[in-house]
Amino acid sequence: MLELQGIHKTFNIGTVNEKKALVDLNLKINDGDFITVIGGNGAGKSTMLNIIAGVFTPEEGKITIDNNGIVDITKMPEYKRAAMIGRVFQDPMVGTAANMSIEENLALANRRGKRRGLRWNITKEEKELFREKLKMLDLNLEDRMTTKVGLLSGGQRQALTLLMASLIKPKVLLLDEHTAALDPKTASKVLSLTNEITSKDKITTVMITHNMKDAITYGNRLIMMMNGNIIYDVSGEEKKNLTVQDLLLKFEQNSDGEFANDRMLLS
Amino acid sequence: MVVLETLLSGTNQGLLWAIMAIGVYISYRILDFADLTVEGSFATGGATAAIMMTLCKDFVTKGPGQGMLIAIIAMLLATIVGGLAGLVTGLLNTKLKIAPILAGILTMTGLYSINMLIMGIGSGSAKSNLGLGSVGTLFTKIEEFMPIGRNWVIFIVGFLAVAIVIGIIYWFFGTETGSAMRATGNNEKMAKAQGINTQSSKILGLVLSNAFVALSGAMIAFQQNNATNTMGVGSIVAGLAAIIIGEGIISGKFPFWARLISVALGSVIYRIIISFIYLVGINAEYVKLLTAILVVVALSIPLIKDKINKVSHKSKKGDGNTPTGDGGAAKEEKIATDSDVSQELSEATATQDKQAEQAVSGEDASLVGEV
Repeated sequence: MLELQGIHKTFNIGTVNEKKALVDLNLKINDGDFITVIGGNGAGKSTMLNIIAGVFTPEEGKITIDNNGIVDITKMPEYKRAAMIGRVFQDPMVGTAANMSIEENLALANRRGKRRGLRWNITKEEKELFREKLKMLDLNLEDRMTTKVGLLSGGQRQALTLLMASLIKPKVLLLDEHTAALDPKTASKVLSLTNEITSKDKITTVMITHNMKDAITYGNRLIMMMNGNIIYDVSGEEKKNLTVQDLLLKFEQNSDGEFANDRMLLS
Repeated sequence: MVVLETLLSGTNQGLLWAIMAIGVYISYRILDFADLTVEGSFATGGATAAIMMTLCKDFVTKGPGQGMLIAIIAMLLATIVGGLAGLVTGLLNTKLKIAPILAGILTMTGLYSINMLIMGIGSGSAKSNLGLGSVGTLFTKIEEFMPIGRNWVIFIVGFLAVAIVIGIIYWFFGTETGSAMRATGNNEKMAKAQGINTQSSKILGLVLSNAFVALSGAMIAFQQNNATNTMGVGSIVAGLAAIIIGEGIISGKFPFWARLISVALGSVIYRIIISFIYLVGINAEYVKLLTAILVVVALSIPLIKDKINKVSHKSKKGDGNTPTGDGGAAKEEKIATDSDVSQELSEATATQDKQAEQAVSGEDASLVGEV
């Protein structure tokens, strides 16, 4: 379980560009939840994910995680949190090291949260394990394990990043619009792969998406964000019965006449 | 005969400087950190080794065995002190968030005074150079032991030292820690997301880099029989030249150890060229300028290659979307759109490229004319 309590985050404090990104945000993520997050640009979706991951520290508020007892991780540096948190980014270039091979990337991921010493960076057993895992992706990457990741396509890299993020089961998996930069066909493949991996290992997941249909189809819980806060939180049967129309209506009701942006309408 | 001698002394210089070039390779290529500390830490290595020999003069002059022992300890000490210089730059960059170039310049500037203080230890005042003529060095001591001529001694020791350094670095970057360091230099965001402490990675990388640079400085001080405060001036450019020449020798897919050897080879070739420039009788004052021009030209080669590739790619556009020999069956449509986009981009920047190419080739021609 991961909990955000009274989180405030403001960018460029004291300048004309001051922007309140998160305002008194509270969210309790239960174990096994697959939460989809929607909201317009600037609603605070990515900021929320970055606060959880430790890229930003909030001015106010507390982040706790259940890791053999409730631990306060508000001040914990990003790289230490990574032991508990898996991440896939919007840009396929960000999640992997382009100059390193597929197996080296996976070996790095397989040591997330562990001490890195002077042992060899990859073992024989690991190579076998990686081959099995790569087969699951069904992209023929298991035969190209020594290929540099920079030679892979965006979709392949994103699938690999997903595998890396879940290789050691994270307490929570954060997906920041991880299919937005892919073409529709690849996006849907990566998305179904996401569903497969998270449901197989019962990984707690938070996924930001701009696609309302996907937000409804995937996961057991949906939250809508606006102006740095959660304005709608729905789960179970109620979520299953949602339609895109319902969401648009909800959005309109809460946006003081300001209408959903083009990207949301089109999706 | 003169040519052979020049070849050997150039090779020797190249081997000793190769250790510095490999140090620069760690910071510049692996960590992606343009570290100017090198200019100072190279002289620090020389100063440390020279003062150690001088302070132990009585013991060193007892015999070749004692002399060699102290010389080796002096080199190890120089390595450690150089590592400390790297540590300072690393801390300035990671803890105080000072930009890499500036952090390096600050350490380098500070080292200028520190090097003089080191060379002044025991004599009561700071010194800007320290001669080893009356004390002896690693090479003179080995020569006493094994009279095969100074140049051959340096050649054997230099060759062994380079081989050992390449071995150590190859092993280190194959370990978990080394792998984490490579990831840090390649993609810092990714490294953090995979739980890598990128700050310690950078600090450790700079320590390692400057340790090797200082070791090289110590050996050069031994080779030229003195240490000076300015011996490191221009070393970063020399290091880059070695790396670039090396990359020119082996371009494309090569294992890591081959890349390290190529840097050493690059350093040897560079020093041989310099030796012949001296032999021809060109004034020593011009060498640094020539080096700078050489590096500028070499650095712009990728741009020219890129341009040539684009031109040939355009002419082959008819044969569909099979990019750069990576014919995986699972290629997705994405690639096709990608290359189309880059096509458009390349057309848009074609005029800029053309101008750049003209400028570069103009410089090329003038350089050929001079040399």
